[in-house]
Amino acid sequence: MILYELIDYSTLKMIWWLLLGVLLIGFAVTDGFDMGVGALLPFVGETDVERRVAINTIGATWEGNQVWFILGGGAIFAAWPPLYAISFSGFYLAMFVVLAAMILRPVAFKYRSKRPDPEWRNRWDWALFTGSFVPALVFGVAVGNVLLGVPFTLDPDLRMTYEGSFFGLFSPFSLLCGLLSVCMLVMHGGAWLGMRAGGVVAERGRRYGSFAAIGAIVLFGLGGFLIANGFVDGQRITSDIDPNMPANPLWKTAVIEDGAWMANYAAHPILWLAPALGFLGAFGALVGLQTRYEKLTFLCSKLSVFGIISTVGVSMFPFLLPSSVQPDASLTVWDSASSHATLFNMLVATIIFLPIILVYTAWVYKVLWGKVDEKTIERDNETAY
Amino acid sequence: MELDVVGLSRLQFAMTALYHFLFVPLTIGLSILLATMETVYVMTGREIWKRMVKFWGTLFGINFVLGVATGLTMEFQFGMNWAYFSQYVGDVFGAPLAIEGLMAFFLEATFVGLFFFGWDKLTKRQHLAATWAVAFGTNFSALWILIANGWMQHPVGAMFNPDTMRMEVTSFFEVLFNPVAQAKFVHTVSAGYVTASMFVIGVSAWYMLKGWHIAIAKRSIAVASAFGFASALSVVVLGDESGYEANLNQKMKLATIEAMWETEPAPAAFNVVALPDQAKRENLFAIEVPYVMGLIATRSLTEEIPGINELVEESKDRIRQGAIAWDALQKIRDNPKDVDPAVRDTFVQNQHTLGYAYLLLSFTDDPLNATNEQIDAAAWSAVPEVWPMFYAFRIMVACGMFFILFTAVFFYYSSSAKLDRLAKDRRWILHIAVWSIPLPWIASEMGWFVAEYGRQPWIIEGMLPTSAAASNLSVTEVLLTLAGFIALYSTLLVIEITLMLKNIRKGPDDGRTESHEPARPVSTGAMPAPAE
Repeated sequence: MILYELIDYSTLKMIWWLLLGVLLIGFAVTDGFDMGVGALLPFVGETDVERRVAINTIGATWEGNQVWFILGGGAIFAAWPPLYAISFSGFYLAMFVVLAAMILRPVAFKYRSKRPDPEWRNRWDWALFTGSFVPALVFGVAVGNVLLGVPFTLDPDLRMTYEGSFFGLFSPFSLLCGLLSVCMLVMHGGAWLGMRAGGVVAERGRRYGSFAAIGAIVLFGLGGFLIANGFVDGQRITSDIDPNMPANPLWKTAVIEDGAWMANYAAHPILWLAPALGFLGAFGALVGLQTRYEKLTFLCSKLSVFGIISTVGVSMFPFLLPSSVQPDASLTVWDSASSHATLFNMLVATIIFLPIILVYTAWVYKVLWGKVDEKTIERDNETAY
Repeated sequence: MELDVVGLSRLQFAMTALYHFLFVPLTIGLSILLATMETVYVMTGREIWKRMVKFWGTLFGINFVLGVATGLTMEFQFGMNWAYFSQYVGDVFGAPLAIEGLMAFFLEATFVGLFFFGWDKLTKRQHLAATWAVAFGTNFSALWILIANGWMQHPVGAMFNPDTMRMEVTSFFEVLFNPVAQAKFVHTVSAGYVTASMFVIGVSAWYMLKGWHIAIAKRSIAVASAFGFASALSVVVLGDESGYEANLNQKMKLATIEAMWETEPAPAAFNVVALPDQAKRENLFAIEVPYVMGLIATRSLTEEIPGINELVEESKDRIRQGAIAWDALQKIRDNPKDVDPAVRDTFVQNQHTLGYAYLLLSFTDDPLNATNEQIDAAAWSAVPEVWPMFYAFRIMVACGMFFILFTAVFFYYSSSAKLDRLAKDRRWILHIAVWSIPLPWIASEMGWFVAEYGRQPWIIEGMLPTSAAASNLSVTEVLLTLAGFIALYSTLLVIEITLMLKNIRKGPDDGRTESHEPARPVSTGAMPAPAE
C-alpha cells in the first residue's frame, strides 16, 4: 500500500515544519500563561489566599496545557528524529534542569494545599515559581543558542558529538533570548490573571504584565537589531537543494554567513508580518492591560507569542538546528525529517485527533470559566488547590 | 555492568522507568474503578457511591500527579541519553509516542481537571463522561507506550535504509498490530487493574479492622474484588500469551527465564528452583516439573525449545552474515550516489543481521576477518545474566498466582453479611489484605525487569545493541543527572507516601461525624445501612 504517495515528500516536510510551529506555539500559548502565572506567584500573591487565587485560575487546566510540551517532545521525535536526538543530548544538563523544574510543577499544584502548614505551602510556592521561571528562561536560552548555531558534529554514521559545555550555553545573546522568553510568558500570564483573577491579584497581574510587555518589546527589538546588524551569523545552503532528498544532513553543504537570517525577509517581504505581529501584539497587550479589555488583551498577548515564535522559525528557514562547527551537518527541513511514510501516517493521526483535542479543550475551558477571587477560595476551601 | 556512560545511562533509565511505573499501574486501574463506582452512582442515585468516588479520587489524584511528572522524564530521556537510538529508530519508534500524546494523554489530562473541579459545574452524566474520558485516556496511553515497547522487543514492519543510516517504517500496520505489543498491552493493563483492586481491598480491609467507614469499605471491596478477580485471571492468561510470543520471537529471553542451557527433548520441563552458573554454563542444582515449560511456550507436546547453548551457536551464523552486511554498508555510506548496485543487493540480502555486526565491533575493528574466538565472544555477549531473570520471573509468577487466590477469596466474601463475618471471625484474612498491598508493585517491577533486562544486550532485539545506542556524554554529566534524579525522586516518594497515608487515615467523608475517631468495636455487628 503506497497511500502516502498521495502527498509528495517535500510537501510533507513543509507541512511538518508548519506543524512543528503549531506545536511550539500551542505550548507557549497554553502552558505559557501557566508558566507566567507561576513565575508571578511570589509577586501577585502576598497572602496565602491571594496565592491560591492565582493558582486556582489555572488549577483545573494546567495539566492539559502541559501535554503540549509532551506532545511537542513526541512529535519532534516522530517527525524530526535527528533534531530530537541532537538537541536533547547536546543540551543534556540544561534539559535535566528543565525536567527537574517541570517535575516539581505538577506536584506543587497538587500537594501545596493538602496541608494548612504555612511552611509547607511556602516551599511548594517556591517549587511552583522555580518550575515556571526556570523552564521559561531555559527554553529562551535554548532558542538563542539555536539562532547562534550549536557546536555539534556528525560522523558518517550520523553519530553526534557535542563540543560545547553547559555554561557555554549562556552567552549574552542567548541570555537576551532567555529574558525575552520570560518577559513574553509573564506578559501572557499577567494578561491571564487580569482576565481570570479577581481583586488585588488581578491588579498586580496587570501591573507586572505591563512591565513584562515593555520588556518583551524592548528585548525583541534588541534581538532583531543584533541579528540584522551582523552580531549573529546565519547559515546558507550552498549545494543544490533537492527538497525530496533522503533525510541525511551530510548530503548537503552549507556555510556560515553574516546576515543570512535576514535573507528570507528580503526574498519574501510578507514574512515581515511575523515580527510585526510580535511587536503589535505586545503593544496591544500593554495598552489592554491599562484599559481592561480583558479578553482582547489576552488575544493580543497570544498574537504576540505567535509572532515572536514565528519570527524565529521564518528567519532560520529551512534551517532547524545549525551546527556552528560543521555547517554541512546542520539540520534543515529538507534533510532531517522522518521518512515519507512516517510523515504521512503522523499527518493522518494529527488531522484526526488535533481538531478533537481543540474541541474538547475549548469545552472544558468553557465549563470551568469564571473569575476566581478570595470568596471563591473560601467557598471551595476543601477542594481548591 | 560497567559504570561507563552506557552503564550509567542504563541505570538511570531503569531507575526512572521503574519509578515511573510505581504510579502508572494504580492510575490505570483506579481510573477504571472510579468510573465504575461513578456509573453506579449515576444509575442508582445513591450518595454513598459519590462519596466513594471522591475518596478514592483523592488518592488517585495524589498518585496520578507523580505519574504525570515522572512521565515527562520518560518522554525526553530517549533523546537525552540515547541519542543514537533516537536517530536510528525515531522514524518508527517516535510515532507511537506522538500518537500517545494526541490520542490518549490530552484526553486524560484535560478531563482530569474536570474530574476534580467539575462536580458542581456539570450534570451527573457529564461528570461521569469526564471520569470515563480519564479512564480511557490512561488505558489508551498504555496501549501506545506498549506498541513502542513491543517494537523494541520484536521490531516488525521496518527496514534499515543505508541512505539515511537508520531504520524506517515499511508497514505501520505491522507496527500497530505487532502481536507482542498486543499481548503486552493486555497483560500490562490487567496488571494495573489488579494493582488498583489489591490497593482498594487492602485499604478497605484496614478500615474494617479499625471499624471505620464500614459502609464504604464494604462496597469498595465488592467492586474491587470482582474486578480484581477477573483481572488477576487475565493477567496470568495474557502473561502466558506473552510467554508464547517470546518463544516465537525472543527465544533467548525465554531460555534465560528458564535457565535452560541445553535444548531438552520435548516437552521441556519447568525449573521451579535452580542455581544457574553463568561461567560454567549449567545449573548447579534444579528442581523440575516435567512437561510444563514445553506446554506453556509451544502449546504442543512435540515441539522443542532451544536452550541457551544452541541459541548461541545460531547467533554465530548471524554474526558472520552481519559482518557482510556491515561491510556493504560502509561501501554504500562512503559513496552513496554511485556505489555498485551489487553492493546494495548484498546489503539488502543481509541487512536483517546488521545488528549482530555491531556486537562483533565490540571485539574487533575488522568484522569481516574476525577470528573464531572473537565471534564466540560476541555470541556469548548476547546472553543476559541468567539468575536475575530466573528469579525475577518466578517472583512475578508467584505473586500472580497469589492474586488469583486472594481476589477469589474476597470475591467469595464480598457480600455485606459475609464481610461482617470476616471482620468478626476471620480477621487474619483482613490482615493479609493490608500486608499484601505492596505485592502488585513488586510483581509489576519484576515483570518490567524480565522484559527489559531479558532483551539485553539489545536495545532493539537483534537490531541495535544497547552499547551502541547511547549519547556521547561524559561520565560526569550522567552521574550528575543520576544523582539529581535520585535526590528529587526520593524526596517526592517520601512526600507522596506521607500524603497517601495521611489521606487514608483521614478516610472518606461518609457523612458521619465520628469518622475521624476509632469508632465502636466491630464486634457490635454490622453498621446500619447509611441513609441513601
